[in-house]
Amino acid sequence: MNITELAIHETAELLAKKELTSVQVTEAYLKRIGAVDGRVNAFITVTPDEAIAAAKEADERIRRGADVTPITGVPLSVKDIFCTRGVQTTCASRILKGFVPPFDATVIRRLKHAGAVILGKTNMDEFAMGSSTENSAFFTTKNPWALDRVPGGSSGGSAASVAASECAASLGTDTGGSIRQPASCCGVMGLKPTYGRVSRYGMIAFASSLDQAGPMTKDVRDAAIMLGAIAGRDPLDSTSADAPVPDYTAGLDGGIKGMRIGIPKEYFIEGMDSEVSAAVTAALEVLKDAGATLVPISLPHTAYAVSVYYLVATAEASSNLARYDGVKYGMRAADGANLIDMYKKTRDAGFGAEVKRRIMLGTYSLSAGYYDAYYKKASQVRSLITRDFDEAWKSCDVIATPTAPTPAFKIGEKVSDPLTMYLSDIFTISCNLAGIPGISAPCGFTSGGLPVGLQILGKPFDEAALLRAASAYERETGWHKKRASL
Amino acid sequence: MTLAKKDVSRVAELARLALTDEEAEQYTGQLTRILGYVEKLSELDTAGVEPAGAALNAQRALREDKTHDPVSNEEAVRNAPSVERGCFKVPQVIE
Repeated sequence: MNITELAIHETAELLAKKELTSVQVTEAYLKRIGAVDGRVNAFITVTPDEAIAAAKEADERIRRGADVTPITGVPLSVKDIFCTRGVQTTCASRILKGFVPPFDATVIRRLKHAGAVILGKTNMDEFAMGSSTENSAFFTTKNPWALDRVPGGSSGGSAASVAASECAASLGTDTGGSIRQPASCCGVMGLKPTYGRVSRYGMIAFASSLDQAGPMTKDVRDAAIMLGAIAGRDPLDSTSADAPVPDYTAGLDGGIKGMRIGIPKEYFIEGMDSEVSAAVTAALEVLKDAGATLVPISLPHTAYAVSVYYLVATAEASSNLARYDGVKYGMRAADGANLIDMYKKTRDAGFGAEVKRRIMLGTYSLSAGYYDAYYKKASQVRSLITRDFDEAWKSCDVIATPTAPTPAFKIGEKVSDPLTMYLSDIFTISCNLAGIPGISAPCGFTSGGLPVGLQILGKPFDEAALLRAASAYERETGWHKKRASL
Repeated sequence: MTLAKKDVSRVAELARLALTDEEAEQYTGQLTRILGYVEKLSELDTAGVEPAGAALNAQRALREDKTHDPVSNEEAVRNAPSVERGCFKVPQVIE
């Protein structure tokens, strides 16, 4: 048995049977990180001392047999976008280098409270802006399946850390596909919950009406377990929902007999990578054979989603990132002649090219004379995209699509052309705009050995249906059992 | 929609970014291309369509105005690049 290849639920079972201790599991992961992360570069910060201390506490909890949860003693990684008390949090930006938060994000507090062991903080595109981790101010993470390729992004470090067996599971965030697209590129499970399902408190803001935290795991059961651990109302985030948190693992084995799966014609287009298309088409057949009904549907405003996203998300980002001014935390440029000059020089030196580009676009679309033509227009079309889904739910229970139009691309292939990079998110963005949940499940490999992802979208707060469909698919195929060899 | 370099400089001023000449040049071309792409939205008639997002969950935004577990002054300023007597220190603002 290779400890670091186990899923959360498999690890927890061995911990409960006292066949392993959390300290042993944690040491195995730290050793694995030491052995492979020099090549994968998934972590910005590894916290071995904190991890071992948490593992000892978890072992004590398990020994007493009190207050043991499905993640007690299980080692996880978390994206470096979540504030962690006493541990550097950078959002992969020079402007936050050295920032040590005095508090934990609510999701971090919940994971710690449940007894999870946090191994460290994973790499990402700066401020979650990107689809490859190439926008990290520090380094690019490599795809464990092919080290000359990107892991996807922005939660690329999290996806790679799971695929490289450097943790049992990871916590990412998704604003336009940043959990699902890297999950697809790295052959892991990635779940973006409904907007409001999970608290955003202490998660560094990019686009507040779209951002959502979620699990990146080795299988569907783990995604259900982690969602249960982080979901729920938080008084510190007024957009978090009151909706009760069900036991997401309860219905996993229920099967999909009679489930109506919508297949939107706008997501199966000419020009898509032929191997991705073949893998997803084969996956739909598997779902049909498992008892689901495939229903042709239309989401007519799909072609406008990327445009809406790059206006709405950048406008929100330009406001959210105004707080980085060299006063309260992070770096300050040394040679500011006066206050305004200090702000400008700090922000020019502290932000990377993509972040500045998006701040510029967002500031422009909100500026006097352009607001109606850009930001307001985009917000109206966002309503039309949401209505497309409302209409679709009349004839289907979930919707299945490819997660991304291509498998993981080569490092450097798209960096010179921002617009082409934006189109990597073409199939994931609508889900954030409509606030609905979505999952990416591994659905095979290209002839070159690169993972392909199947995306399943669901009704608001119906994560259970996504998980049930993904679970039925997983049982029939077993792609999730494949591990990258490093 | 074609942006001129002076438009980019104006936006940089609003966004408090001291762009180099080279950056301003580069962003002028890239933003023009992106704005050209989003021009697609003007194909749609959105007369009378309510903008989304504005009032998301707004009904839950109200709460009692109560303090709870404040961080200490020491903790609050610990990450600041310049501090004096427990306050954030900035370059001179008033002549």
